[in-house]
Amino acid sequence: MLDDFTTRALLAGIGLAVATGPLGSFVVWRRMAYFGDATAHAAILGVALALAFQLPLALGVLGVALAMALTVSTLAAKGWAMDTTLGVLAHSALAFGLVAISFVPGVRTDLSAYLFGDILVVSRGDLALIWGGAALVLALLVWRWQALLTATLSEELAHAAGLNPNRERLVLTVALALVVAVALKVVGALLIAAMLIIPAAAARALARTPEAMAALATGIGGLAAFLGLRLSLWQDTDAGPSIVASAAVIFALAAVAGQLRRG
Amino acid sequence: MPGVQGRRMTPLIAADHVCVRFGGAEVLHEVSLAVKPGEIVTILGPNGSGKSTLIRALLGLVPLAHGTVSRAEGLRLGYVPQKLAVDRSMPLTVRRFLSLPTRVSDAAAAAALARVGVEDIGQRQMAALSGGQFQRVLLARALLSEPQLLILDEPTQGLDQPGEAAFYQLIETVRHQTGAAVLMVSHDLHVVMAASDRVICLNGHVCCEGTPRVVSNAPEYRALFGLGTRGALALYQHEHDHAHDHDHGHGHDHAHPHHHEHSHAG
Repeated sequence: MLDDFTTRALLAGIGLAVATGPLGSFVVWRRMAYFGDATAHAAILGVALALAFQLPLALGVLGVALAMALTVSTLAAKGWAMDTTLGVLAHSALAFGLVAISFVPGVRTDLSAYLFGDILVVSRGDLALIWGGAALVLALLVWRWQALLTATLSEELAHAAGLNPNRERLVLTVALALVVAVALKVVGALLIAAMLIIPAAAARALARTPEAMAALATGIGGLAAFLGLRLSLWQDTDAGPSIVASAAVIFALAAVAGQLRRG
Repeated sequence: MPGVQGRRMTPLIAADHVCVRFGGAEVLHEVSLAVKPGEIVTILGPNGSGKSTLIRALLGLVPLAHGTVSRAEGLRLGYVPQKLAVDRSMPLTVRRFLSLPTRVSDAAAAAALARVGVEDIGQRQMAALSGGQFQRVLLARALLSEPQLLILDEPTQGLDQPGEAAFYQLIETVRHQTGAAVLMVSHDLHVVMAASDRVICLNGHVCCEGTPRVVSNAPEYRALFGLGTRGALALYQHEHDHAHDHDHGHGHDHAHPHHHEHSHAG
């Protein structure tokens, strides 16, 4: 079954959705969209470093994404103006990554694979990485779920209940870096944040509890992967953008449905 | 030191010479206080007097520049924040909210909602509640941990006057039923003072402290709150002494009938 590249691609997309559904919900609830962007854009720098030092790609991406996520998280805790800081960091990370990658011979031709993903050529090894990473993210979020929700709702409430909001923020930071490493092959650095935000935003219109929203977001992410891949095979479009475009259409439909239901 | 020494019961929570600085500014200076089991203590002060900062210091949310905060061993603490913004991006029913961070049974959740007088709203979205319902749900959640100490930071902000009075009466009832001590912050004088065993008047430091009557007669208190409180003071004394003087110098007293001691809270 895994011999078929379309099956592998679909499994990769669903694997990503398993992680981005719940994590993306937190990104939406905590208004971390730009934070996700900065971390995802740093992935290109990770690719450049991994290629330059002949490290495994995922390792380089994970390392740089983690460094970026921790930097942003630390600056946020120190009260920096986040909108500006994130704008500077997100675009600088991308620019430095693109500059750095020009120094690595023979990569320029593959650049679009890193920017927009290359889901149609995922190998069994990639698939193992994607599902392993996604399972890790999901396990992390399930383990900390109650504490994460409480800290997201109110850091004061969390603190009064004996929880440490900083630790919960760290959990999300690590999960975000993991997702970036997982998602690079699927949708590419430029559209990782889209896979976090759009399915969760679509699920919001239809959900009544946080758990329902996370589960729905996973389902919508998986559906978007399926539809995007069909579009890609049918019309020979780029797979990553097709997946994100499908998610956006689902979002529009869900938003309308949510409005209608509310009356 | 007020409130710390010479008490028979061990305090549930105590601040000892607490100083808090934000940047260079000292927001709290040498504040000491203690809350004993079962008592209602109100921290009273004008805006910017450091009331909320003191609560946050007691909860361990702000670093202390000096001094210590100590809690009784294994203290169960219920906290009702001043306000809680439930972002519209998060779907959250009242029932689900009550299970944060500790999951509770449906029966316990229903009992908690009934205790605060909002039985039927378990399936409503938090973001869709009225101000009064929202505060009651916050209180219900705080009660679920069977707290020995309830801390409430201006719990009636955004409520109209009847709603505010009803909420304070509810807190008194809860104290009566559960025996939990209550530490609350307020800037509205008359309603709170009647319900309190002790009032701590704060303006960066503890200006004065004692029973409501002692505080309301203290020159520091009068200096802090000025003439605008005349009516409130009159009302308060009326209620606690059951003296039928009609020394009401302030318009909004007429909103409060004089049936019995806590009639204004009904």
